[in-house]
Order: sequence, then C-alpha cells, then structure tokens
Amino acid sequence: MNHKLELRNVTKTFKTEEGELTALENINLAIKPSEFLCIIGPSGCGKSTLLRLIAGLDDPSSGEILLDGKELRGPSQDRGMVFQEYSLFPWRNVLKNVTFGLEIQGIDKQEQYKIAEEYIELVGLKGFEKRYPYELSGGMKQRVAIARALATEPAILLMDEPFGSVDAQTRNILQEELLEIWKRTKKTILFVTHSVDEAVYLADRVAVVSSRPGCLVKCAKIDIPRPRKRTSVEVNEFRGKLLMWLSLERTKACIQR
Amino acid sequence: MGKNKLLQFLNRRGAIEAISLCTAIITWEIVADFIIRNPIKLPSPYAVFLSYLKLWEIIPVDIGISLLHFGIGLGAGAAVGITVGMLMGWFRVANRALDPMVEILRPIPPLAWVPFAILWGGLTHYAAGFIVFIGAFFPILLNTYTGFREVDKTYIDAAKVLGCKEERKMIKYVAFPFSLPYIATGIRIGMGVGWMCVVAAEMFGVSKSGLGFRLFQVFWPLHMIDRLVAYMIILGLVALVLDHLFRYFVEERLLKWKKGMVIQ
Repeated sequence: MNHKLELRNVTKTFKTEEGELTALENINLAIKPSEFLCIIGPSGCGKSTLLRLIAGLDDPSSGEILLDGKELRGPSQDRGMVFQEYSLFPWRNVLKNVTFGLEIQGIDKQEQYKIAEEYIELVGLKGFEKRYPYELSGGMKQRVAIARALATEPAILLMDEPFGSVDAQTRNILQEELLEIWKRTKKTILFVTHSVDEAVYLADRVAVVSSRPGCLVKCAKIDIPRPRKRTSVEVNEFRGKLLMWLSLERTKACIQR
Repeated sequence: MGKNKLLQFLNRRGAIEAISLCTAIITWEIVADFIIRNPIKLPSPYAVFLSYLKLWEIIPVDIGISLLHFGIGLGAGAAVGITVGMLMGWFRVANRALDPMVEILRPIPPLAWVPFAILWGGLTHYAAGFIVFIGAFFPILLNTYTGFREVDKTYIDAAKVLGCKEERKMIKYVAFPFSLPYIATGIRIGMGVGWMCVVAAEMFGVSKSGLGFRLFQVFWPLHMIDRLVAYMIILGLVALVLDHLFRYFVEERLLKWKKGMVIQ
C-alpha cells in the first residue's frame, strides 16, 4: 500500500499536424520507497515522456500521478532529475552547478557550499569544484548532474538515459557508483534506459514499455542478489528474458503496421 | 643557410605583419612625394607624423571628449537595448507589441536623427551621445533578443526541476547568463557602429570638440590635410584599442566558460 509513487491510468497525447499522437496509454505503475526501477523500451516509445510527466515538466492528458498519496502538480524539488543530454549550466562551475537548487531556495551561502561539498564528494569529484563543464569529460559531467539533482534532497531521482552518451567502460563505472550512491542515500530511483545490460545490472524491477502507443507491457522483479556480476548465469538468463520480451513487442508492432 | 635564416625570421610572431605595414607606409610616402606631389591631395606619412608633434597636446582632449560622447551613447544603448531585447526575447506578448516599432525605426540611419538630436539636446554632449545611442542600440537589442530566444530547453527544464519557478528567477539564473555571449556580441557590434556615429555626430556640429569635430575643422576652413589624416588614424587606433580591451575583458575573462562549447 505505502507506495512512494503511483501512476494511475496515465495517458499522454500530443497534438501534431497529422492529428493526435498517443505517446503513452493507460500506464499503471507503483513504486515502493527506495526501489530502483528501470524503464526499458525501444527509442521513441515514450519512456522519456513518462519521466517528464513524473518530473512535472509535462502534464498527463488523463490519469493521475501520486507522490506519497498526493497528486502531483508541476515540477518541484521533491523530484530530482538527471537528463540524457548534458544539462549542466555551462556558465557555472561544478560547485555552482551543484548549489543551483539551493541558491534558488535562498539558503545561506556557507550552508550551500557545505551541502554541495558533501555531494561533490559523494560522486567522487572532490578537487574539481572550480572546473567549468567544458573542462570535464562526459562521465564527469553526468556525475555533477547527479550531485546537482541530489543536493536539494529529493525523495525520488529520475534518470533519463543518463549514461547514454558515455563510453562503455565509463558507463560500467558510473553504474557501479550509482548503485553505491543509491545504497547510501536510499533514494527511490526511476531509471530510463534502452540498454538491457544496464537494466539487469541496476534494477530491482524492470518495466518494459512498448512503442506507439507506449504501453506498459511487462513488469518483472529482478531477484538477483547484489553485487551482481555482469557475466553471471542468472544475469545472462534474465537478460535473455528481457531481450525476448522486447523482441516480442517489436514483432507485434511490425505486424500491426 | 641564408635562406633558412630568412624563413626563421618570417616565422616569428608579427614579422610578416610588420613587413607588410612598413611596405604600405613606404609606398604611401613614395606615392605622395614623387607621384601626387600635392600635399593637399595626399599628405605624406612624414608630414602626418610631423603634424602629431604639433597636435600632441590637443589630441588627448579630443579623444576624451569623443569617448565621453561614445560612453553616453553606448551606456544608454546597452541599458535600453539589453532590457528591451530581454523583454522581447522572453515574453511573446512584448515581442509582438514592440516588434513593429523596432522594425520601422531600425532601418532609419542614425544620421537621420541628427536634427532631432540638436532640437532635443541642443549643442551638448548628450546630443552627440544620442546619435551614438541610436547606432549602438539596435545591434545590442537584436543580439540580446536572439540570445533569450535561443535558451536551450534542457537548461530551462533542468532549472524547473531544481525548483526555479518564477519567470524572474528563470531570467536571472538561466536566460540572462545563457544570453551573455550574445549580449557581448551585440555590444561589440554596437561599439563599432557607435564609434562611426561619434564622428558623424561631431561633424554635424552637435558639439564643439572631439575627434569628429576636429577632423572637419582641420579640413574646412583650415585645409590642413596632414592633420586630417592624423585624426583619421587616431580614430582608427582608438576604435582598435577599444575593441581589444573589450575582447580581453569580456571574452577572455567574463565568458571564459564559453570556450570549447562549440565542440559539444
């Protein structure tokens, strides 16, 4: 019962020149506190839209989204978000990027820096406070983005393919670090990805979204104890299952067309 | 061996530039002395140099006065241009309301405003400043507008999620800093146009001193063409220094974060 976040019959349609486009249809989803949920699906299936709805950046066309039992209205600091693209403010250095949300709140400068330092250390970027985004690698940028999202202490962390544009090696490291951060902060995390490997490595539960319209077709628990080994038999078995569901959806979509 | 030494010398910073400049001056000297042979039509560089020796006391004053006109105009142009550009770029209603006026006034050459400058301001520094203002205002306005228009949606979304809700805060924390490079470009272009307007405004007798005024005075009634050229060169040099100062302080320091952004 005590869900952190609950989506009830959430539908999102967009008006385009060719008429209405249903991006998401009847999504029902409940997330427990401190759960790590991965949303996976082909590109263009509306999984990013789903995250934007939860963030409050867009409103659902129908249905409701409840946070701690209360309906959401607009963006707020109780939901942090890490974007797919590099969303760091290029005119602010690492420290000032992390303090952004705190500065908006009007928190005292000394306090801002203290909190920011904590999170910069958490993501392993101590010593890089004065660097500007253009001086950082892709992986470092996303670490700063995570620290920035966490600094305002949101209950939920929304992540929209955050590691999509970093190289495979860095991505693995970032995934491990994220799990460590998750363990330490006990945040509820919603992580959108199109990578099967990423989902199986990270999530407690994985939600498969089909494409056009985006429907939630499968929700499965990943009962593999942590730390998971990327090459272990269980991980590979689950990966196989997930790939099968995804290809099934793809076939369905092809037949419908 | 000799050839290598020559190449080495040419590779040095500023070597080719200096040679080219010297050649131009020597050519000018030769043309003036041996071909034109009429200092009223073309004074030689040497004559211009000599005129500086007589002008060195008065030139700083004229530079000061011209910079005053320039400063008044550019300051006002930046203040009004940035404000209006910001409103037009950020608020659709403001854009629709102000755009027709801007588009009608913009093509009017700044010099067409000279009569009004005199009517409204009399023969004062403000009248000259007004002409500079007209010249500097539009480039600053348009660039600021573009900056506010092009604010990346990702930054706006990121700010929203971080709790930035009011328009005022969104402008202060996101749109304005994002637009700074655009505003800087606008000011730099505005400085160029404004400086041209300084000369024009002073030429038309809006003020009784300044480089532009002096430039015309030495031509008519004085016919001191060597001094005319001396003032022309000063005009060019002051603008060059202003531009370099601006680039040094703004682009190298204030907008340091912009480096490498293109690569992303």
